[in-house]
Amino acid sequence: MGIYSVYIVSKSGGLIFQHDHLVPKVETEKTCSFPLDIKLIFENKRIVVNYGQRDGIMVGHQLLAINGVQVTGRVLEDGRDALDILEKPENYPVNLKFGRPKMTTNDKLFLASMFYPLFAIAIQLSPEPKSSGIEVLEADTFKLHCYQTPTGVKFMVICEPSQQGMDILLKKIYELYADYALKNPFYSLEMPIRCELFDTNLQSLLETVEKSGLSNPETES
Amino acid sequence: MSRQTSRLDAKKVNSELFTLTYGALVTQLIKDVDNVDDVNKQLERMGYNIGVRLIEDFLARSGSGKCYDFRDTSEKIQLATRMYLGVSPTISNWSPSGDEFSLVMDNNPITDFVELPDSHMGLKYSNMLLGVIRGSCEMVQLEVSCWFVQDQLKGDNTTEIRVKLLRKLEDSVPAGED
Repeated sequence: MGIYSVYIVSKSGGLIFQHDHLVPKVETEKTCSFPLDIKLIFENKRIVVNYGQRDGIMVGHQLLAINGVQVTGRVLEDGRDALDILEKPENYPVNLKFGRPKMTTNDKLFLASMFYPLFAIAIQLSPEPKSSGIEVLEADTFKLHCYQTPTGVKFMVICEPSQQGMDILLKKIYELYADYALKNPFYSLEMPIRCELFDTNLQSLLETVEKSGLSNPETES
Repeated sequence: MSRQTSRLDAKKVNSELFTLTYGALVTQLIKDVDNVDDVNKQLERMGYNIGVRLIEDFLARSGSGKCYDFRDTSEKIQLATRMYLGVSPTISNWSPSGDEFSLVMDNNPITDFVELPDSHMGLKYSNMLLGVIRGSCEMVQLEVSCWFVQDQLKGDNTTEIRVKLLRKLEDSVPAGED
């Protein structure tokens, strides 16, 4: 049981809310000697493992720190180039920390707006007329549930594939949105939701769902 | 959390509080704006802004889906009036083409305790309601216009709101909802 994150996309396709609920922190530290048996490459402004998976370091993991000094992009905090350091034998042995790449706000905005045309394409692809867009998108590691309101706002929940009762959760999030975002006079429509009450209520809703499940929502509401 | 929501659902305020707050708003508007027509316009505009937000609350709470004809819409509006004002208007006087109907309220809670002074006969006291209907319909891609046919404040027996469907806003229908 686990809910990873919640996204709300406005009618025009912009991301107006995002909340990471459960992000399993995967970080591995390893002391390496020269020559480095992990092949690293620099792509998308981060140094990632390209080949050589072992000891919990997976392909696709990002280099987070060298000898405890944080790596941002390809440079260390003190301005040295990370790949240069790893090329020089005199710097060894080094302690490297790897972890799953984190999504930046920009990445999230980008992905949310990618979902919008995907949703529309699904409708076009449908063999039957009057199809809805994507409601569930399933992968081996997660399931994405999407609910579009009649006004065009999309609510998305990303959870574990085994998680049940997500359609009820989505409707509940919609209620929270109607209550705490829209009734806030300082919130303007179509703009990112920055309402503390909405955040806290969503947080506690997600916790309740995870703890007890929504197996019997009727008695609760 | 959900328990808290349920308490919120059950929390109904006395309609008198609402009536008096609305009264205070109208009085203030009349003070601020000299022209009665402008007061009407302001009330309608405020109602519109309320409507575009209230529709989400209505959809989330009632779980109702899209309407396939205007009669569905009229029933939803009736249901919404019951939810938000606690009165159930009757729907009548359908136009032959089915694009116009009347909401008849025997008793409009907004106008309890209200008498219009002779100097303000041009005031459409409950004009906010029209704005709410227009705003909320617009969010579900229906362009409607509404007006008062009868008003108890003007000496009629009932309050009658006429709602006319102008067109469906096809270009703004979200994908998957058309």
